[in-house]
Amino acid sequence: MSWKKISLVFLLLIILVYTCFPFYWAIVSALKKAGTGTFIVEYWPSEPVLKNFIYVLNRPAFGSTFFNSFLVSTLTVLFCLLIALTASYALGRIQFKGRTVLLLGILGTSMFPQVAILSGMFELVRSLGVYNTYQGLIMSYVVFSLPFTVWILTAFIRDLPIEIEEAAMVDGANSYVILFKVFLPLMWPAMVTTGILAFIGAWNEFLFALTLTISPEVTTLPVFMASFRGESEFEIPWPNIMAASVLVTIPVLIVVLIFQNRIVKGLTAGAVKG
Amino acid sequence: MADININTVNKYFGDVHVIKDVSLDIKSQSFTVLVGPSGCGKSTMLRMIAGLEDINSGTISIDGQVVNDLPPKQRNIAMVFQSYALYPHMTVFDNMAFGLKLEKRSKDEINERVNEAARILQIEDYLQRKPKQLSGGQRQRVAIGRAITRKPKVFLFDEPLSNLDAALRVQMRVELAKLHNELEATMIYVTHDQTEAMTLADDIVVLDTGIVSQKGSPLELYDRPNNMFVGGFIGSPKMNFISSKILSKSSDATEVDIMGMSKISVSKMSASSSEGDSVTLGIRPEHLVVNGDSDGSWESKVFVVEKLGDVTYLYLEKDGEPLVAETEGHSEIKVGDTVKVGFPAGRCQLFDSSGQAFK
Repeated sequence: MSWKKISLVFLLLIILVYTCFPFYWAIVSALKKAGTGTFIVEYWPSEPVLKNFIYVLNRPAFGSTFFNSFLVSTLTVLFCLLIALTASYALGRIQFKGRTVLLLGILGTSMFPQVAILSGMFELVRSLGVYNTYQGLIMSYVVFSLPFTVWILTAFIRDLPIEIEEAAMVDGANSYVILFKVFLPLMWPAMVTTGILAFIGAWNEFLFALTLTISPEVTTLPVFMASFRGESEFEIPWPNIMAASVLVTIPVLIVVLIFQNRIVKGLTAGAVKG
Repeated sequence: MADININTVNKYFGDVHVIKDVSLDIKSQSFTVLVGPSGCGKSTMLRMIAGLEDINSGTISIDGQVVNDLPPKQRNIAMVFQSYALYPHMTVFDNMAFGLKLEKRSKDEINERVNEAARILQIEDYLQRKPKQLSGGQRQRVAIGRAITRKPKVFLFDEPLSNLDAALRVQMRVELAKLHNELEATMIYVTHDQTEAMTLADDIVVLDTGIVSQKGSPLELYDRPNNMFVGGFIGSPKMNFISSKILSKSSDATEVDIMGMSKISVSKMSASSSEGDSVTLGIRPEHLVVNGDSDGSWESKVFVVEKLGDVTYLYLEKDGEPLVAETEGHSEIKVGDTVKVGFPAGRCQLFDSSGQAFK
């Protein structure tokens, strides 16, 4: 092995440790006993216990907030993709005045930090009467995921061969048929990618969930986790929070693993001469 | 029956005037080929007939009905694209059935029509495959099959063979000609390949920067081009153009002097010409007489010899004027030889300074 190769492997190892260590640390911490043991630095749990996981699973709110998170995230993805798909078809394929301005505007809205629009979003949600409801949460998440999704899908639609659309028009297809029967099957890679990102975004979101919901019947997992209290008001129950974090990450991992098989490259192969 | 009438149609792309007052009558069940160099507007013409491109003024009617504002699906047309444009996620069968499904035909009818088209095009074995599993020629057959199943009145072909290799192109060309006889439909075909135009067409329409340069049967265009553009475009290698001067005019012939070297009397006339005018003499390589007896002849030096087997092309030059001549396949002529080139008067065309042909 040459020095070049050795240094490359070394660099990759550093990056690997850097990206994976926080997760590893969360798992190690989740296996520790509560109390002072939490603050002993251990890279390998000497006395691993599962009681933190059991504590989390036994909390009555765990089931309901888990269901809420799942419902809100899934619906966010569905609404987001539906709106983004139709929007990106218009933005990608129809020539109209102000298209570039509109696209830049969409990109611009995603540049505001969450905190900046929090109060505005709160007022909006309250005036629409959807405070502390699923609809309110879903609405705010869709607003946040849309710009990115629209941009990615617009770029993807622009790259689809125009002849396929024209062939479908000659075949008698209207815009909806073209979009849902011809384009949609070709857009799975982009849909899955943006859908997963929207799902993760909604699943992990904390600030809006904390602000826009109040009761455990509606609120989501991150808020539930933040509600853990220790033995005294000065103690933060890290092992419990870490155990909850690990549990909460599992569904996301499953979603990604299920859908990654659908990210098939070269789906358009064979459509036009390549 | 589907005549197509195109009446003073204009088309602009922004400020660019791409189709200029074009009028064309295309007879029902004819095979019309639109040819021209790239950028002449031939594809735009086809797309306007298809309804994929709006027109700025004029009318297009199919079967007596003005279709200016009708979407493609209501024009009773089918189109075959250069890039095939198959739906990549559908099987061959579904590709061909897509239009019929949208028309809400019964399952039996769809099966029957797709199988019928597959039989005609000999793609029955591939019906369950996806386009990416097919070769270029097979994909093009599927694209044609997709057009056939819908039984349109008019077939539009946009350079359908130009993505295929040479051998396949010849084969598909023959099949398209057979298909036209079988289907008895009106077909409009865009190509830049003049062999395709000459072999397939009942009528050829030569387009030049948005105007119709000439319309006629292949041999009409070959024998009597209206102007230098058509003369140069039809035929390969292209027609030789040599600058000449009118020496005298009689009642039925014009005597010209070819670069001061020979005089010939061509039985073609133009009322607007007069003695002393500069004209261009056009003659095809296959009509030049090499080392034989003919009207007015030159001595010229050979600088390239192309042997194609059946014929040999000689690239000659005389005082800066290039000239291509055809001679027999097994020619003894070598580079550097001097040959005698004759201009048979009956084969010569004359064009005035604006490029218009003498009649």
